[in-house]
Amino acid sequence: MFTRRETLMSVAGAAVVAAMPAAPAAAQEAANIAKLPRKKVTLVQPPFVHEHDQVAKGGPKVVEFTMTIEEKPVVIDDEGTVLQAMTFNGSIPGPMMVVHEGDYVELTLVNPATNEMPHNIDFHAATGALGGAALTDVNPGEEVKLRFKATRTGTFVYHCAPKGMIPWHVVAGMSGTIMILPRDGLKDEKGKPVRYDSVYYIGENEFYIPRDANGKFINYKTLGDSFPETLKAMRGLIPTHVVFNGRVGALTGKNAMTAKVGQTVLFVHSQANRDTRPHLIGGHGDYVWEEGKFANPPAKDLETWFIRGGSAGAALYKFLQPGVYAYVNHNLIEAAELGATAHVIVDGKWNDDLMTQVSAPGPIRTN
Amino acid sequence: MKLQAASVAAISVLAIAAGAALLQPSHRAAPSLIQTVTIKPAYFAYRLPGEFLADGRVVDAARFDASPRHPLEIMTYQVSAAEYAACVADGACQPADSSGAAKDLPVTGVSYLDAVRYAEWLSSKTDESWRLPTDEEWAFAAAERLGDDALGNADSEIANPAARWLTAYRERNAREGRDTLPKMRGHFGANSRGLYDIAGNVSEWTSTCYTRTHVDAAGKSVQRTENCGVRVTGGQHRGYMTNFLRDGKSGGCAAGMAPDNLGFRLVKDPAPSFARRLWQGMARG
Ligand SMILES: [Cu+2]
Repeated sequence: MFTRRETLMSVAGAAVVAAMPAAPAAAQEAANIAKLPRKKVTLVQPPFVHEHDQVAKGGPKVVEFTMTIEEKPVVIDDEGTVLQAMTFNGSIPGPMMVVHEGDYVELTLVNPATNEMPHNIDFHAATGALGGAALTDVNPGEEVKLRFKATRTGTFVYHCAPKGMIPWHVVAGMSGTIMILPRDGLKDEKGKPVRYDSVYYIGENEFYIPRDANGKFINYKTLGDSFPETLKAMRGLIPTHVVFNGRVGALTGKNAMTAKVGQTVLFVHSQANRDTRPHLIGGHGDYVWEEGKFANPPAKDLETWFIRGGSAGAALYKFLQPGVYAYVNHNLIEAAELGATAHVIVDGKWNDDLMTQVSAPGPIRTN
Repeated sequence: MKLQAASVAAISVLAIAAGAALLQPSHRAAPSLIQTVTIKPAYFAYRLPGEFLADGRVVDAARFDASPRHPLEIMTYQVSAAEYAACVADGACQPADSSGAAKDLPVTGVSYLDAVRYAEWLSSKTDESWRLPTDEEWAFAAAERLGDDALGNADSEIANPAARWLTAYRERNAREGRDTLPKMRGHFGANSRGLYDIAGNVSEWTSTCYTRTHVDAAGKSVQRTENCGVRVTGGQHRGYMTNFLRDGKSGGCAAGMAPDNLGFRLVKDPAPSFARRLWQGMARG
């Protein structure tokens, strides 16, 4: 008899055996890469993004990142509902990485011995080996280093993809985003440069928390304990929570996003598992890369944009009016009832030409 | 005035004594054993609820010294889950949406309409006259725990309607990080008037309707519209809730903060005099 943990582990063990060791790269190529400058980047917690150049300085580099996988219970709403979560670097979503086309991404993935599960990483931006998943299986107590070349520009999802348990790891929090910028930066549909003053990274997740006989959310003792019933809840396909950045209200109140009138903000929105439709209430998407891929011209003046499950998109907007904006998934039930609402606090001068209240609400006049 | 206050206090003492003596169920209405506080009239600083507009722009309501005309007798505690459950068991109230099983929790997950039904039921059970407080009565009873919802009428706002929205948003955020789970009655302590749990994490329904008032340069009301589908709630900050909602969160707008929980406490009006009862009886035929 296996315990549950052993059963889960053995599946991953099989995957490790099946994965072929990385074929040695041609000596010449290795030598070339060895000559490239290296840059170490410390990742920051979403919705923020590490400092980066919009236009690349110099030639291609090897950009080094490290992510440590953390399995931990996290509170996902104001009622104290607990998700037995699995995370890249402790946050849901995992941190956003930014490189330029032609750079090499070199990731060290650490799975501390305190964890219960094997993990890996599948970069949608990478080519081959299941996005790197087949070369990055790490059991608790192991680490692995993967390098891939950033050959296509755009915003791309990454997620954990352990054999037999992919959806569970993803809906338990293991997804994130990498943005690969063109070396000369973003461009509009005519090829003219487009720049942003700040970037916010919104990771949308849907959660499936099992309920007890009284309809109350169950708080499991361990990750393993949560698995069987969570899987049942997942199969129903109806999420109990749809949230931005890991919990209801993560980007509201004191943690609301901020901007000023006249500033241009790039909103990167990722959803690793399910379709969504971001909308900025009272604003627009000036330039939107719905599919997130910068080789395609951006769509203009969008009201709502569609992010396919398993992708990340980018929307650029210059704020023209002060106020409190709600940034929502425009399935408004998911926004208002399940949690997919963020706020943007925008200071600045009101523009009467764009909008004015001609007469304030009052009694209906009869003459 | 003094005389009246004394007689009200006397009646409530009598009621408690009589209730204690009459514990057996009876088909005749029995006076209640509910703890109340009777507050003598006094002045307090008050702003009217609702929205005020001067020259078409939203402004703070004027602050003035208000005073109730009569002593106010109001429940010491919020209505408990157990008290409310008795009304449900009697078939007069709808079950609350709160899942709190502990009997000494305040009842939460109740709408304005639920609270009114409970007051009617309690009045008929006790032959007393129970009702929701008005916003002004609630504010008076809240005493030093009454928050001020003024946002300021800075000059910069005159040309910028967003300034008020931003100020309101930031003010509410300052109160973030609170525990929203209802606590046993008494947890938030008593205020200077002896009322428990005022401005804790359960907002209380009042009977006051939402109004929108246009004022002139002197602050005098020149035009008023009333919407009784929305009632004022008292708590950490004043709220405006659709009367059939039981969960404050679903009543909030996309960019606002809502009350944590919705409950209530009731006011008891003085028993009508013997002569008045006689007259009422005659009027009913
Ligand atoms: Cu994983």
